[in-house]
Amino acid sequence: MRLLWTQVGTLARRAMLKTLRQPFQLFPIVFFPLILLAVNASGLKAATRLPGFPTHSYISFAIAVAFIQGGMFSLINTGTNLAEDIESGFFNRLALTPLRRVALIAGLLVGVGALGALQSGVYMLMGLVAGAHLHAGLGGVLVILVLGSLTAVGFGALGCAAALQTGSGEAVQGLFPLFFVFIFLSSSNLPRSLLKTGWFHTIANVNPISYLIEGFRALYIYGWDGTALWRGFAVAAGLTIVALLAVAGAMHTRLQRT
Amino acid sequence: MSAAPTPPGERPPALGAPPVRAAAPSPPHGGVLRVARAIAWRSLHTYVRRPDLFVPSLIFPLVFLASFAGGLSALGSVPGFSFPAGYTAFQFVFVLCQSAMFAGLFTGFTLAFDFESGFARRLMLAAEDRRGIALGYAAVAITRAAVTLAVVSGVALAAGMRITGDGVDVFGLYALAALLVLVGFGWAAGVAFRFRSIQAGPLMQTPVFLILFLAPVYVPLGLLKGWIHAVASINPATAFLEAGRGLIGGVHQHTALAFACAAALIALFGIWMLTGLRSAERAS
Repeated sequence: MRLLWTQVGTLARRAMLKTLRQPFQLFPIVFFPLILLAVNASGLKAATRLPGFPTHSYISFAIAVAFIQGGMFSLINTGTNLAEDIESGFFNRLALTPLRRVALIAGLLVGVGALGALQSGVYMLMGLVAGAHLHAGLGGVLVILVLGSLTAVGFGALGCAAALQTGSGEAVQGLFPLFFVFIFLSSSNLPRSLLKTGWFHTIANVNPISYLIEGFRALYIYGWDGTALWRGFAVAAGLTIVALLAVAGAMHTRLQRT
Repeated sequence: MSAAPTPPGERPPALGAPPVRAAAPSPPHGGVLRVARAIAWRSLHTYVRRPDLFVPSLIFPLVFLASFAGGLSALGSVPGFSFPAGYTAFQFVFVLCQSAMFAGLFTGFTLAFDFESGFARRLMLAAEDRRGIALGYAAVAITRAAVTLAVVSGVALAAGMRITGDGVDVFGLYALAALLVLVGFGWAAGVAFRFRSIQAGPLMQTPVFLILFLAPVYVPLGLLKGWIHAVASINPATAFLEAGRGLIGGVHQHTALAFACAAALIALFGIWMLTGLRSAERAS
């Protein structure tokens, strides 16, 4: 067991350093969600004047989306890095060593989880500077770090599944627009109660990303809203479980080929 | 059927040049047009045959339209918001401008990819007038935009968008969109000619993305407050959006300014593109 943890720790460290050392991977994680937040928070500020809008601060409302976008960048970066390892043959060489198979992916995902917590901390800090108020206080900070980390692991695992399935970084990159659509067709810009267009309201209601966003958002706007929180965690955990099952299937096929 | 071999010491026939009548004098700019036509035909052929190229360029605008016109329709009831044609038409103009500029950008991606694959380098050697390369890709951008704008307009009308402007206004709206295609293409082609790699993709799209979103996208300029109002007031994209919304609504607003801005940007990015072409020539 101790050996497994050593293997996981080494691969986690490698996964983190691989992202942190590449500005092309780091820049979108940090700046893209913040730029979108700045633009949307200013452009949509007028929405706070709508009757029924839950807060007067649009930035407190909108910052939740940054955590999800960060998660989606985890998907792209993790998937691309793993696909790169597959394309270069590094993954195959690792698979031929006595390394435990579970450590191959677990190491990667532990690194993603740590990065997820780190990027959530950055978003919270930038939100604080921009004037977002975290109603849940210090306890809320910890919950956001955990939920942000779990979300990153869930999306990162999906990236791993795609990389193992296709073995191509280009194919993983192609998933990004697909997942971005989920953010657009959710309650990312307005609360579900204010989505007046019928079909859009229906899609946002069945889109799990709406509940994930609302989990983060509740901590900023309402404080401790048990329903929003358990739904947010349920979506993040469900995503992680489904993605890990997909990883297990794809890994089995990939290693058989090796 | 194989081409006749080139006699020793003679230059092989250039791309787009008719092989038999190579010695006949060309009309002025004939070489440019021939090269442009050959490139446009090849790129459009590739575009039609590869869904991975045209599907994203259609999906993005449709998602924007669905998300903004559908998801933000409540903003039409914000106090001070007045747009008689409705919120769908208000957002449609943004999606139209974004689609037009991105059609230009996507063609810049194609050019960069052609450089990366080595095709464009061979093209540089073969073309009798290299300005035809830029013109050919510009024609591709316009054609791609026509497909995208037709689909987006069809979906918007099917979703119940109202147009309260007259036929001339609508023609003006699409003419403005055509100019924006050239603005987007001029910028992206200049980058593609200089970097000659798809790695420069973020450099092509990030500034355009930012300029578009630093304009009054969701509500009119009058309802923006703070720094975004200050930035949007001097952003040329604001003139495009206000003019487009004026044209679709039949109440003209900054139309002349928008056309003047678009013409100036085309001239500016035309120079940027042609100097980029010179840079690519030196590197070839």
